[in-house]
Amino acid sequence: MALTPDPAAPALELRGIDKRFGAVHANRAVSLTIAPGTIHGLIGENGAGKSTLMNIVYGFHRADAGEIYVRGRRVELDSPQAAIAAGIGMVHQHFMLVENFTVLENVLLGAEGGARLAGGLARARAGLEQLARDYGLEVPLDAIVGELPVGLQQRVEILKALHRGAELLILDEPTAVLAPQEADQLFRMLARLRAQGKSVILVTHKLREVMAATDRVTVMRQGAVVAEIATAATSPRELAERMVGRAVLLSVEKGPAQPGATLLTVRDLEVRDRRGVARVKSAAFDLRAGEIVGVAGVAGNGQSELLEAIAGLCLPTRGEISLGGRDLVREGLDARARRRLGLAHVPEDRLRMGVVASFSAEDNAILGYHDLAAYQRGGFLHRAAISAGCARKMSAYDVRPPEPRRRIAAFSGGNQQKLVLAREIESEPRVLLVGQPTRGVDIGAIEFIHRQLVALRDSGKAILLVSVELEEILGLADRILVMHDGEIMGEVARADATEERLGLMMAGVRTEATA
Amino acid sequence: MSPAAKLPRWAEFGLLPAVNLLAALLLSGAIIRLIGESPWAALRLMADGAFGSQEAIGYTLFYATSFIFTGLGVAVAYHAGLFNIGAEGQAYIGGLGTGLVCLALGHWPFWAVLPLAVLAGAAGGAAWAFLPAWLQARRGSHIVITTIMFNFIASALMTWLLVNVLIRPGQQSPESREFAPNAFMPGLHTLLGRLGIPFAATPLNLAFLLALAASVLVWLFVWRTRWGYALRVAGLNPAAARYAGIRPERVTVGAMLLSGALAGSLGLNELMGSQHRILLDFPGGAGFVGIAVALMGRNHPVGILLASVLFGALVQGGSQLSFDMPHVNRDMVVVIQGLVILFCGALENVFRTPLAALLGQRKPVGSDR
Repeated sequence: MALTPDPAAPALELRGIDKRFGAVHANRAVSLTIAPGTIHGLIGENGAGKSTLMNIVYGFHRADAGEIYVRGRRVELDSPQAAIAAGIGMVHQHFMLVENFTVLENVLLGAEGGARLAGGLARARAGLEQLARDYGLEVPLDAIVGELPVGLQQRVEILKALHRGAELLILDEPTAVLAPQEADQLFRMLARLRAQGKSVILVTHKLREVMAATDRVTVMRQGAVVAEIATAATSPRELAERMVGRAVLLSVEKGPAQPGATLLTVRDLEVRDRRGVARVKSAAFDLRAGEIVGVAGVAGNGQSELLEAIAGLCLPTRGEISLGGRDLVREGLDARARRRLGLAHVPEDRLRMGVVASFSAEDNAILGYHDLAAYQRGGFLHRAAISAGCARKMSAYDVRPPEPRRRIAAFSGGNQQKLVLAREIESEPRVLLVGQPTRGVDIGAIEFIHRQLVALRDSGKAILLVSVELEEILGLADRILVMHDGEIMGEVARADATEERLGLMMAGVRTEATA
Repeated sequence: MSPAAKLPRWAEFGLLPAVNLLAALLLSGAIIRLIGESPWAALRLMADGAFGSQEAIGYTLFYATSFIFTGLGVAVAYHAGLFNIGAEGQAYIGGLGTGLVCLALGHWPFWAVLPLAVLAGAAGGAAWAFLPAWLQARRGSHIVITTIMFNFIASALMTWLLVNVLIRPGQQSPESREFAPNAFMPGLHTLLGRLGIPFAATPLNLAFLLALAASVLVWLFVWRTRWGYALRVAGLNPAAARYAGIRPERVTVGAMLLSGALAGSLGLNELMGSQHRILLDFPGGAGFVGIAVALMGRNHPVGILLASVLFGALVQGGSQLSFDMPHVNRDMVVVIQGLVILFCGALENVFRTPLAALLGQRKPVGSDR
């Protein structure tokens, strides 16, 4: 910026930001002050208005009313370019990187500075080396981004923002893709940025991270700021209550498991992707009635492929999966046939696989079960039965609003997930596969979903739970399998599991006391 | 990319197409003024030519019938996520099937010929769609490319057949002999006449009612059966389809067979209803108009019906126009049709955002459904 900024002025000040999307009042007179040289947490449930607010700050949306000040100066942020010029950088949850470009090319993208690349590349290289020295942000500049681990890709995003002169960095759910150790690394890096006078807004729904990494925290609910507190003066319980607006159970109440007969057996399972790379290597485990087995691991270490192979969505190259004595692999049963044998599946990526976004709730409530006799009449779909079935599921699983005809995309993530869960659980399966049951789901719904899973376990069903949220695994699972690079590193009984121990196994360190 | 602005249903399906059509007509009017004719007179001539008399209406609906068949075909494939550019070729080969039945069995009573002609037309169109579908499902060969190529193959094949095999002996022009009168589709004026309703004699025939029936069947199939459900899931979200135990490859083949069968029914109208013989290039571009019709009709049978009537009116009104206005020739009419396709198809979203803004301001608390 041309003007010398006032060092004491807030890094960012929002006054009375108001934004409506049609009938939705996304931001209600939001005021927010980010002190320079601080890490500020922004938390709230899905739909609380965090993303809208940050999109306004980054120039994606324009506020209907309100003012934005950057270091004491009023600014009009009508495009991301304007935000960048004002010294605001944003790291999105889904990286905005060109995977087959090098790190250097990615950083340069959008800031080439002229038609010829050579000069810009040289300047960017010098600048990045300086940044790397200043902040300890070491990244191999000539590596292809797609080949870097996720943690480093995120670092590239941060470098990109800093290279464009960001003084204020917005990180949107930055740890969703990281292992606990990688997350800690990220927080150390943010602390170094803070020490250099940069400011950070950390948008997250993980209370643990807010407590660990931030100086102050702002809680949003239903578009409005409901609290702004110094982190040291609050607790996870208080924050959760402020977010939801009522008391919540952070831990799952459940009795000890009473495992019965073995229902699902996996032996020597190998899954290769299209390029022939082994994604699951010689996996073997049993799943018994009345227990929840958790599969922990950093995203992308073979859990997804394991889940899909068992569900019948991809063909293993080797091994055996048996359900109640039938070998699903040898018989070549597809997802539909497996469902009929009592294998239900809540997929990891709800919007990609679990629902059809433009369908109504009731049409989504029969996905995978659309050829059941109960939904047919005289060769046609029995619309009345489908509607009634959906309404019943909606009331039993507290899906709001309870309108079967409403498009599924118009429900919040939590309500979508409750409907998917209802669909799969109400099919009365023997084995339920669950991937990331609470991804993109707000705290109130998380509590409900966890209770449903425990209830299903207690009714004698077997549950295989894949989650990248360690807290969730620790809260729900009776036994824990840890995956790293396609291998099951070991099995830990819940009683013996600690976050540190699982974290080490997730990072590929074999511990001796594996059962 | 910002997502397309949402409009209320009535605006989405009523106002927006009307505004698009209006824009196309305005631009057409400007061009007509440029070549020295009165746009207003031209519009009146066209409207009169398309709807001004029983005869005009008969011709308009006759053309519309062909477009309904091909439009439905394109729409069924679209719901399965497939862009079938090959309706033209499928209509051509389907018509061959219909024509062969009529040539071979013309001495049978009409009510015996009709079901076989319908089946043969559907089978021909489906057969011509099968190979591109199978290549897409098994090999990933893009259906847009293969169906375009199959249009050319169909054209070459039919030329060869008509010149060398089906040609009436002792005749120069590449056409088959005429069908026996039993294989003529009864004209609608005849049918109405039997009911005591007088109607001018036009090529409009029973196939129009078959097309209406096909529209209802397509609606029932796509929205009211489990197969239609599977088809839409596969079209909208192949990953969800696989998750649900629906095999997208099967849906691809099934949807294309149905699509081809619908397009292949064009011969019922064009050959049995009007030409009464197999001749060169009888689909005459109806397969391509079907794409525009499906696009404009939002791939819904009701929309397709309306869009087909519009395009039928453009063809019929257009020929009236070129007949009555010396400066407006055949090509000028094609330009007008092209503008309608451009505004209603390719540019259909141009007015969406301004309309949404306009409606949004007038009605701030809109329903979000």
